[in-house]
Amino acid sequence: MSTNVAYYIPHKATWPVIGTAGLVTMLAGFANYLNGSSSVGPAFMVAGLVVFIIMLVGWFTLQAHESETGMYNHDVGISYRMGMMWFIFSEIIFFAVFFSTLWYTRNLSVQWLGSGATKELLHSAYQATWPTNGPGDVGGKFEPMSAWGLPFLNTLILLSSGVSCTWAHHGLLAKNRDQLIKGLIVTVALGFLFVMFQAFEYHEAYTSMGLTLGSGVYGSTFFMLTGFHGFHVCVGAIILSVVLFRSWKGHFQPENHFAFEAAAWYWHFVDVVWLGLFVFVYLL
Amino acid sequence: MSAVVAEHDDHHADEHHDHGPAKGLLRWIITTNHKDIGTLYLLFALAMFFVGGAMAMVIRAELFEPGLQFVDPAFFNSMTTMHALVMVFGAVMPAFVGLANWQIPMMIGAPDMALPRMNNMSFWLLVAGVLLLASTLLMETGAPNAGWTFYPPLVLQPITVGKALPFAVFAVHLLGISSIMGAINIIATIFNMRAPSMKMMDMPLFVWTWLITAFLLIAVMPVFAGAVTMLLTDKFFHTSFFNAAGGGDPVLYQHIFWFFGHPEVYIMILPTFGVASTIIPVFARKPLFGYASMVWATGSIAFFSFIVWAHHMFTVGMPMAGELYFMYATMIIAVPTGVKVFNWTATMWKGAMTFETPMLFSIAFVVLFTMGGLTGLMMALAPLDFQYHDTYFIVAHFHYTLVPASIFILMAAGYFWLPKWTGHMYNEKIGQLHFWLSAISVNILFFPQHFLGLAGMPRRIPDYAIQFADWNMVSSIGGFIFGLSQLLFLYIVIDTIRGGTGEKVTAEVWEGSSNHSLEWTLPSPVPYHTWTTPPTVVPTEHVLDSH
Repeated sequence: MSTNVAYYIPHKATWPVIGTAGLVTMLAGFANYLNGSSSVGPAFMVAGLVVFIIMLVGWFTLQAHESETGMYNHDVGISYRMGMMWFIFSEIIFFAVFFSTLWYTRNLSVQWLGSGATKELLHSAYQATWPTNGPGDVGGKFEPMSAWGLPFLNTLILLSSGVSCTWAHHGLLAKNRDQLIKGLIVTVALGFLFVMFQAFEYHEAYTSMGLTLGSGVYGSTFFMLTGFHGFHVCVGAIILSVVLFRSWKGHFQPENHFAFEAAAWYWHFVDVVWLGLFVFVYLL
Repeated sequence: MSAVVAEHDDHHADEHHDHGPAKGLLRWIITTNHKDIGTLYLLFALAMFFVGGAMAMVIRAELFEPGLQFVDPAFFNSMTTMHALVMVFGAVMPAFVGLANWQIPMMIGAPDMALPRMNNMSFWLLVAGVLLLASTLLMETGAPNAGWTFYPPLVLQPITVGKALPFAVFAVHLLGISSIMGAINIIATIFNMRAPSMKMMDMPLFVWTWLITAFLLIAVMPVFAGAVTMLLTDKFFHTSFFNAAGGGDPVLYQHIFWFFGHPEVYIMILPTFGVASTIIPVFARKPLFGYASMVWATGSIAFFSFIVWAHHMFTVGMPMAGELYFMYATMIIAVPTGVKVFNWTATMWKGAMTFETPMLFSIAFVVLFTMGGLTGLMMALAPLDFQYHDTYFIVAHFHYTLVPASIFILMAAGYFWLPKWTGHMYNEKIGQLHFWLSAISVNILFFPQHFLGLAGMPRRIPDYAIQFADWNMVSSIGGFIFGLSQLLFLYIVIDTIRGGTGEKVTAEVWEGSSNHSLEWTLPSPVPYHTWTTPPTVVPTEHVLDSH
């Protein structure tokens, strides 16, 4: 602001209200679907999703264009970085809720179910061990997921993708476009490979281990944590694909590449959440 | 799309004829201007205040006499649930976001909010969320009626929510996204858009309290989103988070909810403190007493809000160590809150006070909020809370901290800043009438509820034992007077926008106000774009100590 290039204030934005309309249509449709509407509900969901995707494409195309035509000064860049940083913070809190749920269940409530008067009066046969599907044996017999198969491989994949992402960033800073693009291709490929393995692991759980979302509190916490994480990996990989496309089009300069930074931050955040999952969901 | 060009002259009220507001109704849909969006938030909040108020009138009408008179019990419970949700998420929070939108850029010398397009989306997501929630009122199974806290297993029973649950859950998601976007915008604006000459410890206290509130929002809205997501999967996707048969625990929901819920009540009170700290010095014609201690008190209240949540759950079953810890931790909050109350009092001490409507509401706030705070201290004592829990004593307590505190201060803010925003003076006589009617009736409404609660009347029940009849009737009469009195405020808002008393207001509006904060150095009404070049001199009266 104290510089000569003014802080860019856009006027007359149409994408936000379009995106809102898409989002609320999608959610209203989903709610109707959950209430048993098999025709109107899904139709609204799809229509809303399409509008929402159109909004994302339109809004981000506009932002990329404005960025490349030099409309953002240094201060605008700082606002965007703060925005991304605190958005990721809110996401960390969202995951913290489910990690806390896992901690509370394992260390407190399951112990309470299996001790004292609760155990004696209600279900004396129940052994409070982890993993558990509770005194009601909800969801039937299941086998817990081991850490040393696909999950360990997925850990290596995500860690390597973090390295390749940083390698691409170094390429960007050194004006080595070849390294930038190669690094991003590797990162995106590893991201989608992770998702594929995760899908394979879910398939295995449902078909041959008896482990489902309904397998008591173990199944609930396992699928909720890994599911939300998998969704975030998908989103991150899509963001990185867009960044790859823009790199290939010649966007980004060493001093102006907020979109790359934001995508990289997001990717590292997804990476760190996975390490938490590997330790607390699979390993311990 | 065109950039706002920085003008290189000292006149700060540049008119930008090439990009003023769009024509017609479309202006309000696609606007990115912080003043337009502030107006949208405030008008929406005012509308929701009357919607939520109408629900409260239904509740008080039903409770006027013992027995079932007007509505069936399920609808009564829908009214208590929806009244709370509409007032918290539709009225009080959006009203403060509206004030933030209007005031923060003007107070810190910024041309607009840091992320103007996202600002627009925050508002429309709020409207979408409230509409999704309100749509359940029209469903044959009715609106949610298990209380605004959505406790399982009650909320998961078919009879209590019918088809409303997924709509309520998604409404919470949308409101959460809206709040988080708004909070991020406020943080980026305060950190990144301040006039270069304004240091953090020069900022008006309203800006400080909103900065801290924004952090609270980002830290707890995802928690609420996570909690209701688990309700949704427990109901529709066979999970067992809150189902003991599957190894889960319904009490876990209460822990998660109140980890959100307790900071949430400070989200509604911290900006209240900020506005009070802005108004009282102006009418006392003195600097705010203890500016730095106000900032630190706000920060410590925010910190403590994260570590006291289970005082909402003393009777639910907790280890003794938990009861003791949450009891003592809660009582500590009285210290920074006391600092604030004494600072406001000291600001008024020996001041050349005048008692215009904003000041009347602010003084009533200091007195009546202290009342609500003291009953809060009573309930912080775990053994006493066993008697108060889920009675009308609780209802009286939190209404004292919300109605004559948050709502009164929102009224005060309206009277204080409407002349600045519109360039017109409101009718002081009607304003004072509105104040006295509100201040007297709010006590007739809520004070007897203390007696009812201590005598054992439970909350959220449409009928009651005969011995509670007299005070319920008194309370309902107070409620009807309070509700009707608010129509005066609606009249004043419309009248002021349309010209008010016809008196031409100055840039300062209130004597000496430009020594306190930057917005009073701008013309009244404020131009569509302000501070396209940042101010070079920042008023510092509010940071001077009075001794």
